[in-house]
Amino acid sequence: MLSILVNHWPELWSGLLFTLGSSVLALIGSLIVGTVFAFLEISERKWVRIIGRIYVEIFRNIPLLVITMFFYVVIPMLFANVNGFTAGTIGLTIYTSAFIAETVRAGIEAVDLGQMEAARSNGLSYLQAMVHIVFPQAIKITIPPLGNQFINLVKNSSVLAFVAGFDLMYQGNLIASTTFDTSNTYLAVGLLYLVLTLPLSYFMRYLEKKWA
Amino acid sequence: MSMIEFHDVEKYYGDFHALKDINLTIDKGEVVVIIGPSGSGKSTLLRSMNGLNTISSGKLIVNNFDLADKKTDINKIRREVGMVFQHFNLYANKTVLQNVSLAPQLVLKEDKAQSEKEAMELLKLVGLEDKAQSYPSMLSGGQEQRVAIARSLAMKPQALLFDEPTSALDPEMIGDVLDVMKKVAADDGMTMIVVTHEMGFAKEVADRLVFMADGEILEDDDTKSFFAHPKEERARQFLSKIINH
Repeated sequence: MLSILVNHWPELWSGLLFTLGSSVLALIGSLIVGTVFAFLEISERKWVRIIGRIYVEIFRNIPLLVITMFFYVVIPMLFANVNGFTAGTIGLTIYTSAFIAETVRAGIEAVDLGQMEAARSNGLSYLQAMVHIVFPQAIKITIPPLGNQFINLVKNSSVLAFVAGFDLMYQGNLIASTTFDTSNTYLAVGLLYLVLTLPLSYFMRYLEKKWA
Repeated sequence: MSMIEFHDVEKYYGDFHALKDINLTIDKGEVVVIIGPSGSGKSTLLRSMNGLNTISSGKLIVNNFDLADKKTDINKIRREVGMVFQHFNLYANKTVLQNVSLAPQLVLKEDKAQSEKEAMELLKLVGLEDKAQSYPSMLSGGQEQRVAIARSLAMKPQALLFDEPTSALDPEMIGDVLDVMKKVAADDGMTMIVVTHEMGFAKEVADRLVFMADGEILEDDDTKSFFAHPKEERARQFLSKIINH
């Protein structure tokens, strides 16, 4: 395994950076999009809730690979060309955002209804009550399941390998097919994924403790 | 001058008829206690006064605003009409001081120093100035409820609604909360509507008693004559049950 790491370090390092880049972009994107759809899902207006529900049910029930292939193959036929990295990252963002929407929605709904009622009775608008009282409490509840989503996201970024996204998995496949040292290559690739996910895992635990 | 007026108000939850033909006028500065068996619609009635519950039909005027009118800004009414809940509902993520000073800052646009100074005065009024930096989870139920009253008073409301404010408290905590409520009632300008089972408080503080059962107002009388000779049989039964238990 060590020889794979040493001899193919430039490719692996480049793959690691692509995986990291895609993960960070998709993490930020899916957190924003997911939170927006969480708020749609709890809207007082029925048609807004329905829009939120449809989005979530479609994208969490279709395999990530299918969504990614759609962006990679179908979008270029209709509009502009997209490269594998972009298609993969968009697919990853949309797929993950559906799960994050559900996680954030559940967090908001887990906050005692009395908090919102008290804030509204106190004269705060819905938005003020949400921003200052309900959402900060919801986020605390949401940290552990969000951590799971983020870790899944990093691992799921290996979908980029299927659309030539130059990520870690893609480089691993290339190395394995040229060296035929399959087991050592994937051991090295797995190790490098751990380098990304373990700190994330501990960071989420740290946040959980800090905000508890 | 009336603070709250119900005209032929009906409320349905699906098929359940929660409020039946409610007609009730409460004047500014009045202290009204609403009593009745559980499920009689007391809380529904109270919660409709600041729009936490909507009404199905009829007319409800609060502080000259028509609550059924879609153009009415409910936030404006809630600035003037505070509410104290059975389960306190203090903001769990805020300190006691922040609980009391947040709405004046956000809604009345008071600056931080001013709102905190006023909050400290209110905490003194309820006897909890030493708890200003504590979080609600560190307080007892009675302390939480007194903070909740201070939080409502911080908005300088014209009326305060109390939804069974002592029902969730240990017996030894009830007195402190009632004492604070009596202080609030002593302010002649303050309209108070209190849903409670504390008959001692009602006798001492209330101008009027409203007795509800099955979604209807069965009796509405001044406090003295209500306790001396309730007209309705159900009111008599209810009183004897909660006074002689």
